[in-house]
Amino acid sequence: MNARVAALRQQSLDTEPWLSTERAKLLTAFYRTAQPASIPVQRARAFAYILEHKTIYIGPGELIVGERGPSPRGTSTYPEICCHTLDDFDVIHTREKTRFTVSPEARWTQERDIIPAWQGRSMRDRLFAEMTPAWKDAYEAGVYTEFMEQRAPGHTVLGDVIYRKGFLDLQRDIDAALAALDYFNDAEAYDKQEELKAMRIAAGAIIRFAERHAERARELAAAEAGPARRRELETIAETCASVPAHAPRTFREALQAYWFVHLGVITELNPWDSFNPGHLDQHLYPFYKRERDAGTLTDEQATELLECFWVKFNNQPAPPKVGVTAAESGTYTDFANINNGGLKPDGSDAVNDLTYLILDVIDEMRLLQPSSNIQLSRKNPDRFLKRAARIIRKGWGQPSIFNADAVVAEMVRMGKSLEDARQGGTSGCVEVGAFGKEAYILTGYFNLPKVLEITLNGGLDPRTGQRIGADTGTSWATFEDLFAAYRRQLQHFFDIKIRGSNVIERLYATYMPVPFLSTLIDDCIARGRDYHAGGARYNTTYIMPVGLGTATDCLAAIRRHVFERATFDADTLRRALADDFAGHDRLWRAVWNDSPKYGNDDETADGLLRRIVDTLHAIVEGRPTPRGGQYRLNYLSTTCHVYFGSVIGATPDGRKATMPVSDGISPVQGADREGPTAVMKSAAKIDHVRTGGTLLNLKFSPQALEGDAGLDKLASLVRSYFKLDAHHVQFNVVAAATLRDAQAHPEAHRDLIVRVAGYSDYFCDLTTPLQDEIIARTEHGGFDARPASAPEPAAAASRT
Amino acid sequence: MTDPDVPAPAPDPASVTGVVFRVERFAVHDGPGIRTTVFLKGCPLRCWWCHSPESQSPDPEILIHPDRCERCGTCLTVCPNGAVVEENGRFVTVAARCEACGTCVEECPCGARALAGDRVTVAQVMEAIERDVVFFDESGGGVTFSGGEPLMQPEFLAALLDACRARGIHTAVDTAGMAPWEVLRGIAAKTDLFLFDVKIVDDERHRKFTGGSNVQILENLGRLTRLHGDIRVRFPLVPGVTADDENVRRVAHLVHSLGLPGVDLLPYHRAGLAKYARLGVEYRLPDTGIPSGMAVKAIAERLAGLGLQVRIGG
Repeated sequence: MNARVAALRQQSLDTEPWLSTERAKLLTAFYRTAQPASIPVQRARAFAYILEHKTIYIGPGELIVGERGPSPRGTSTYPEICCHTLDDFDVIHTREKTRFTVSPEARWTQERDIIPAWQGRSMRDRLFAEMTPAWKDAYEAGVYTEFMEQRAPGHTVLGDVIYRKGFLDLQRDIDAALAALDYFNDAEAYDKQEELKAMRIAAGAIIRFAERHAERARELAAAEAGPARRRELETIAETCASVPAHAPRTFREALQAYWFVHLGVITELNPWDSFNPGHLDQHLYPFYKRERDAGTLTDEQATELLECFWVKFNNQPAPPKVGVTAAESGTYTDFANINNGGLKPDGSDAVNDLTYLILDVIDEMRLLQPSSNIQLSRKNPDRFLKRAARIIRKGWGQPSIFNADAVVAEMVRMGKSLEDARQGGTSGCVEVGAFGKEAYILTGYFNLPKVLEITLNGGLDPRTGQRIGADTGTSWATFEDLFAAYRRQLQHFFDIKIRGSNVIERLYATYMPVPFLSTLIDDCIARGRDYHAGGARYNTTYIMPVGLGTATDCLAAIRRHVFERATFDADTLRRALADDFAGHDRLWRAVWNDSPKYGNDDETADGLLRRIVDTLHAIVEGRPTPRGGQYRLNYLSTTCHVYFGSVIGATPDGRKATMPVSDGISPVQGADREGPTAVMKSAAKIDHVRTGGTLLNLKFSPQALEGDAGLDKLASLVRSYFKLDAHHVQFNVVAAATLRDAQAHPEAHRDLIVRVAGYSDYFCDLTTPLQDEIIARTEHGGFDARPASAPEPAAAASRT
Repeated sequence: MTDPDVPAPAPDPASVTGVVFRVERFAVHDGPGIRTTVFLKGCPLRCWWCHSPESQSPDPEILIHPDRCERCGTCLTVCPNGAVVEENGRFVTVAARCEACGTCVEECPCGARALAGDRVTVAQVMEAIERDVVFFDESGGGVTFSGGEPLMQPEFLAALLDACRARGIHTAVDTAGMAPWEVLRGIAAKTDLFLFDVKIVDDERHRKFTGGSNVQILENLGRLTRLHGDIRVRFPLVPGVTADDENVRRVAHLVHSLGLPGVDLLPYHRAGLAKYARLGVEYRLPDTGIPSGMAVKAIAERLAGLGLQVRIGG
């Protein structure tokens, strides 16, 4: 990267995230003097007010401009969603992980202006007030989490609209929709009118926001002594005067147009997964090609612009979370996840020259945000996969790899048209979506092992002694009886969760419309309906079961030892679990060492996993949502498997109390002993096409993937897994620090494979001196995986 | 299991049995692509540096993890053959009485006992192999039969190779070459790739460090070279044993004179040490260090200078 990019990148890495109360102050000021209007129009006016008055930042050397906060890493708060208490601010300021600097002024502003205006009125307050006691009990017990208690739904990705249309064009579309309203026959015509008026205001607001940047750039240019930078500032001014009011004409304008849109979305509210340009390589390619052919853009220039664009994402940490939400998603990463490759709408190979350029940028930038993935279709060349694999091998976790063909199949199964599905991809962690056309909203994680724990205790939560589950008894004649009890408890808690989510969807639809986001997602304008209210062409609501591997291994151990072999009975097991296995060494060894474990291509365990998945689907799949969509399942956990583990006592698979449960669809940590092919075979026994995404973590030592042969093997593993219709895989290529941790805590690293000499082996199976030797080799390996600067502490967490 | 006393009208090759001590999936260094390596038990040699001592005896045997044993004595009470005895507070299995029935392994509450070797049918091995066919297909991989010495179980190996060929699975045989020529010739007709170990060219030293003469081995290599088109020589580099200048020179000369394309260098490692303890067997190279990267590289360059393709590692 050149000196300009290096400086911008370094600034982004070095600047501690800090809390900005500017947005909260402007929002509060707006509502203090706002004239009466419908809720959507009021929201749109508030949005316009913020963009009209917020600080405009154009930093030294920048080519792509615009910040959500007053300057890089300044992070807004959203009191209409979650009004932080002063205690929250203190926690956010002092906590060890994902802290934000809170200035005394910010704290004072919160106390004087924000809290009096919003406390008791935020969505968070409203939401909890509307939940039933049963919902709250299960929530507090850690049976599930609730995404919308501190952040807005969001969870979507932009399609190609802004590369075809400016916001002036969108306003014309809105006007046409307004003109077409049938006030005589359409009972909703007034609501549609208000929503469309709101969209029109929001579209105007973003145009004005860009103009303010143009004005600022002109001022800076006038004051700039250096001719080179003056010309750059003039170009910035011209760009901002043109986009996003008009459709972009150049590569640079396209990037800048997206960036303003991104800022608009994350300023309007604090949506999950921020926002995301999706298939950036496909969207930008026509601009890139045209200018490359005309000789007006070199690869160096394109790279520089992309890298400036990359820094912009990293400048926007995820808004601060507290409580359970911080535990389930403890990271600065805001899940903007750029898609590369995949398929074109006509089904042909979408990899182009720009795809490779973007992969180079990912490699060079090595930033947490934006996150990146490749969409790998069987139609994509191996060269593409191997270019990505070379980055993966460097050990920092990006890009992750998705099976583009399965992603399309998943969406088609859910009712998307083939073209819409192909223009879709994955976002956030692993979630499928029809980009630009779908509201696919994640409502929360669901704790499968916790429900099993409650089942084993007849409906009581052993942590509190409180009855929160159904009364399904505490003795079972057969394993089938136990499984039926587990099914009933799952049904019980999913019903509670879904009842709550149905209310929450209505709360957002009614009180918290997002007219700006709605201008961007088909068919909100055509339907005159908000993104939160079912305006999108497709509407999906997800629940994410967590601890699938743990639940499977628990049931497998119980089936073998309680029912098949009668090694011990259910009471003995319950006692051992209550004692956290202390004094029950033999029982622990039986369940940990001598029970079938998911992840070993062993049908005794894997069959149970499939059965759990089938049960979950039978309970959840296809249930209607208030937005006119369906409930679906996907399998990811972010950092929630750690939180969920912390609320569960010892489990029948041998897991000790409060330890994490398994993540995504990965096997229990250390339970997979047959190597990566066996893990993939086990994981592929789930019918991935019936999900909205699955997440598999695989961990390798750098040695295992060294050289061309290592690269070939990595590529072959991925292609094979995807041949089995799998959705996603990501690789950890671990360094010496991890291996040292593995020595100290082998139970957590039993699946770590290392290259020993003429063979590979599990690290924890090796003698200590040999481990020492391999640690030494890793350090001396000349392996170029060390980041240029120390990675952020959240790096590890963000990979899930 | 086959019963030799009952004549079978048409013996089913899938029911042929052999002793296997390990099936390793994602074995990426025993030939091309992603492979499953099937380790057949039993070896005519006793190489001092052997990193799988549990592969040497042709029969199943008990391994004991001393670090896991909690001296509860369960093994002593459950052994149906009275093969477990207490010696200095440790419970050891007397090989002569042990029938490797696995009872003590199953009953041990500490997970301290393991059975090395299992008599299995071709069908069982093929079931394990077929699990990863999707990975073989995608990577150009397949199966490697290693050991021990796979040629020690020729009927079993032949049946396995036939079964793989019938299923279109690429096969490699990793051998030290010590077997009657007729056996090797028969196997050669069924094998896609040979990984052929050449350890020491001087016969006296070969006898000393491996427990066997290399005359038959080198003769077999010569004959095999004329018969089979795909042979990789694997040369273990053991400091003070095989890695001396003289032996390196002679190995290089041998490979070169046979017209074989290359050599895979296998640097000595000490990964197998713990297994000696588990078997209660003495390790005869207690003080040998692993060769330095520099030393390995120097040897690789020397061989490459003779026009050989050299790979470090398998």
